[in-house]
Amino acid sequence: MNIKELYQEIILEHGKNPRNLRKTDNFNKDAKGYNPLCGDSVHVYLKLDEKKKVEDASFEGSGCAISMASASIMTDLVKGKDTKEVKEIINDFLGMIKENPELKSKILKDEEKTKLMCLSGVKQYPMRVKCATLSWHTLISAIDNSHEEINTEKLY
Amino acid sequence: MNFSNIKKEFPIFNNKNLIYLDSANSSQKPQSVIDRINDFYSNEFSNVGRSIHALSIAATNNYENTRVSVQKYINAKDKDEIVFTKGATEAINLVANTFGQKYLKEGDEILLTELEHHSNYVPWHYLRNLKGVKIEFAEVNNDGEVTVAGIEKKISSKTKMISVTHLSNVTGAILPIKEITELAHLKGIPVLIDGCQGAPHLKLDMQDLDCDFYTISCHKMYGPTGLGILYAKKKWLEELPPYQGGGGMIKEVKKDSVSYGDLPNKYEAGTMATAQIVAFDQSIKFLEKIGMNNVIQHEKELMDYGQEILRKNNSVKLVGNPKEKGAVLSFTIEGVHPHDIATILDEDGVAIRAGHHCCQILHEKLGIAASARASLGIYNTKEDLNQLNSSINKCKKIFNLK
Repeated sequence: MNIKELYQEIILEHGKNPRNLRKTDNFNKDAKGYNPLCGDSVHVYLKLDEKKKVEDASFEGSGCAISMASASIMTDLVKGKDTKEVKEIINDFLGMIKENPELKSKILKDEEKTKLMCLSGVKQYPMRVKCATLSWHTLISAIDNSHEEINTEKLY
Repeated sequence: MNFSNIKKEFPIFNNKNLIYLDSANSSQKPQSVIDRINDFYSNEFSNVGRSIHALSIAATNNYENTRVSVQKYINAKDKDEIVFTKGATEAINLVANTFGQKYLKEGDEILLTELEHHSNYVPWHYLRNLKGVKIEFAEVNNDGEVTVAGIEKKISSKTKMISVTHLSNVTGAILPIKEITELAHLKGIPVLIDGCQGAPHLKLDMQDLDCDFYTISCHKMYGPTGLGILYAKKKWLEELPPYQGGGGMIKEVKKDSVSYGDLPNKYEAGTMATAQIVAFDQSIKFLEKIGMNNVIQHEKELMDYGQEILRKNNSVKLVGNPKEKGAVLSFTIEGVHPHDIATILDEDGVAIRAGHHCCQILHEKLGIAASARASLGIYNTKEDLNQLNSSINKCKKIFNLK
């Protein structure tokens, strides 16, 4: 596999200028995630309305281009969706990174699928999978409000 | 000394596009070490020190022979001062555990430095909960060094042990361990030197150095994994309690009492890493054949060259600038995370390490989340460093940097 397939333009662009890299005002859900292998950390914030719809999603943290781009694309994507839909998308994304050749969820529009598939390059780099999935696991924890700090070493 | 042929003695470099710059993590193994492990298992294997048969006697002699080689290599006074462990980590745990058990009480202080690898911090950290011991850290300066003055500043009347690295695995700083030991001894404080990075790259003389404990990681020294060495002055090994109980370390076992074996068996419980110990003798022979003065000179030339080309490279920033520096080139590239650097370099066969290198405290102090690290061994060449530099340029190109 060519390194350019991993570092696609869209990844580099989101990595350099991550969307939603801030802390949501009046957030009502949040969780922290940590990758002890590299020291990367992420803090995901959500503001859900009374119908459990994501009014705003944001994150704080530092990391490699892959992890920043993944959190950036993720937080953009979940806005406006309710938590049930968000969970379906998370499962679809994690399933794709793990084994599925493509995304299956009907909630995702084609353009959203294309964006997420840009992250599929990490499948060829087992050590980098955690970079792409840390923010997604942390998002689950935020929705469930489990107050469990996600540690990538304990996930697999 | 012609270093261009040394790569040929390491089979991993045969027919492979590999620029190995991760020797501070673990070094590659020469053919002689690999062959010795194979020979030993194929023709000579037996457990040591227990049975009376010929195989066991020969294996025991080989095992003890390595102990004597290590003793001579580091110029220890007595072969009984050499204890085999499963790694340098276990060696430090052994000292922290037994010294803590016997001598430490609430309020006592252990002095470390901000440069320490987690393995020279976490074993001491256990004593916080167990004994109420405090841990102090001598500060690292802007050049990534710890000075004697920096150590002196943190010594108090409660300091009971000073445990410091010989050579930082991140900044490459070589600490003035002889001066630190002299200072500590004036105040009656014992000293442990974490020699994981020191032993493969520097000349060692325990009698001249006079430290109380020195720990070595054999796999970083062109030797097998699963093996470390604890050097300790005999008086400590006599005074400290045993670390692990089991076979081989006892003298007499009764239902109501146990007495322990003589040195160094007291600290070598259970079946040891016999083949690795026997083969480690070949690692020492390999280094002796090259000569440590030649190793030091070769690595210094490489280090100077590596620093020179990386300094010229825009957006590359070296981590630390110590006056006395060993074979480590840690760096960051503005705008590219070290993990991305490592993945892109790997595409060209350039193997480096990225992350905090088990030194989170140091990275926090330096204000960086992680760094990329190219570390050198005797098989590296200037061509390897040129390839490193051009792969860094490729990385910058992918990230649209100048």
